[in-house]
Amino acid sequence: MLGLKKHDLSLLIIVAILTMAAPFLLNPFPTESGMAQFNAGYPDLMQKFVIFGIFAIGFNILFGLTGYLSFGHAAFLGVGSYACVWMFKLLGYNVLPGILLSIVVSGLFALLIGVITLRRSGIYFSILTLAFAQMSFALAYSVLSNPKFNLTNGETGLQVYADDPQWFHSDRLPDLPHLFGLSMRATHRMELGAWEFQFNVGYYMCAVIMLLCFYLAIRIFRSPFGLMLRAVKSNQQRMNYTGLNSRPYTLAAFVISGMYAGLAGGLLSAVDPLAGAERMQWTASGEVVLMTILGGAGTLIGPVLGAGLIKYFENIFSKINESVLHGWFGFLPDGLEDFVITLVYPFVGKGWHLTLGVIFMLVVIFLPGGLVEGGQRIGRLFRGKKPSGAAKSATTEPAE
Amino acid sequence: MGILEVKNVNKRFGGLQALGDVNLSVAENTVHAIIGPNGAGKSTLLNVLVGKLIPDTGSVMFDGQSVLGRKPYEINQMGISRVFQTPEIFGDLTVMENMMIACFAQRDGAFRMHAVGSMWSERDIVATAEDMLESMNLQDKRDMHSASMSRGDKRRLEIAMCLAQSPRLLLLDEPTAGMSRSDTNNTIDLLKKIKQDRDITIAIIEHDMHVVFSLAERITVLAQGTPLVEDTPEKIKGHPKVREAYLGESQVAA
Repeated sequence: MLGLKKHDLSLLIIVAILTMAAPFLLNPFPTESGMAQFNAGYPDLMQKFVIFGIFAIGFNILFGLTGYLSFGHAAFLGVGSYACVWMFKLLGYNVLPGILLSIVVSGLFALLIGVITLRRSGIYFSILTLAFAQMSFALAYSVLSNPKFNLTNGETGLQVYADDPQWFHSDRLPDLPHLFGLSMRATHRMELGAWEFQFNVGYYMCAVIMLLCFYLAIRIFRSPFGLMLRAVKSNQQRMNYTGLNSRPYTLAAFVISGMYAGLAGGLLSAVDPLAGAERMQWTASGEVVLMTILGGAGTLIGPVLGAGLIKYFENIFSKINESVLHGWFGFLPDGLEDFVITLVYPFVGKGWHLTLGVIFMLVVIFLPGGLVEGGQRIGRLFRGKKPSGAAKSATTEPAE
Repeated sequence: MGILEVKNVNKRFGGLQALGDVNLSVAENTVHAIIGPNGAGKSTLLNVLVGKLIPDTGSVMFDGQSVLGRKPYEINQMGISRVFQTPEIFGDLTVMENMMIACFAQRDGAFRMHAVGSMWSERDIVATAEDMLESMNLQDKRDMHSASMSRGDKRRLEIAMCLAQSPRLLLLDEPTAGMSRSDTNNTIDLLKKIKQDRDITIAIIEHDMHVVFSLAERITVLAQGTPLVEDTPEKIKGHPKVREAYLGESQVAA
């Protein structure tokens, strides 16, 4: 079905079910309970999960398949964000033109940068992309924001003002991003006993787009084009001596992944119509590299898992402050309580990066294939046990 | 006129004259061996033929067209395939995938955007690749990670990939280097069979005289970047100049 093999189809269906049921799955704790702060099922964070999922899926098409490590992918994310907000300013708050333009503009931008940077490979390619992204950041932050020509609105960030044209805006439509009148912020709250679940239009739109992106990525992975991209990673020398020109293949992969990043940027603007230059900064480029490696580069589902994990840490772990810790360890004797909190405190709250760093190191050292490899090992452990157990009983029986 | 014509090729690396006035003509449908002691310029010559190096002067014509200044993939698409000294294959991919890449390159050329359909739905490619694997006796290793095969199997896979492109000229760079005696003999038999079954010209660089004399119809001896003699294997065997190049002057005099 859908042109997919059974294995891929079941993966797609599982991801579809998980994303559609995310408002339930991410809110396992009752609203009033002490654990409620670990609930991730609120619109803002769920939107980030799927949007950065798209970003990472696209990045993985380049990095996971061809092995070309781009350190400047945030530039495309930023370009997409600006393009989308410009559509809001010019046309009105309907998200569709903005999202489409963000894909087109980032694709063209990726083509330009790709033609130049792909002349080199390895570390030189990474440095070139990093340089381009930092140049884009500098352009967006200051150069392209002057009174004569204000494309990015500099430090303040690009946003919609009351005197913007918004040609197709009418009073019947919401005064915030919407899809044909359906506001992105519209949220249906459902209370079930002690639990509260939130169903948000913006989240579901992004989730559907992510599923489409995921489906497309599966098709690319399994296509002859995907095979050629893996050939690039495996042995470029043999590829060239097999009559294949690796340059257009890598360029196509670069542009496709740039378009994914632009789409993610457009969606970020669609759910929150404010585009700032910091989205293009090198830390943002580094984040998507972390997401992909943490989840498992070159695997289909890995980047989405990595994106989810990092965004969860960024938003949930960072909220654990000292008073929360006192609440947790209050049962301990006073001296011990303070000691334990001093130990734990650097790793939570503002120190969430420290925990993330430790996890990242553990994954890279012990699970080079990322979280996906971890899952596979656990799966093998379960599957491996049964046959060996059966074999044992078979050999012991005759002895008795 | 041969299928491959090398005329007055010179190549210098700094002070070293790697190739000096090399003239070579490889006749169509023959097996032509290029031999010579270490540092004679055999590998440099090969790299010139496949576009990895550009000579300082001279011309290299393949089937009436110049190969100079063309990229390796363009030269390959003209009909020259190269087998490397250490087998170059796509180690991360399965044997079947390796084979399919070569088949795609043969059918679709240097680049074709084919990003949506599954690669396994390309029935003609799958069928050709499977046939090739069978003819090389690799069908049992179809789904194996190609990097985990033995050296001899890797070599056979590499040759199969080259043949899948139906090249007119097959260049072999010491195809039996580092192989056991039995693997070497298998490779010799394989190459003999290939020569029998196809219209193909084979140029082979080799150290192992057993391989050279079992296969070659013509032999060119290179020494210090210049062709010394070119003749049939029988005549090369007893040629004083060749013995001199290999064994050194004093021994010949003694």
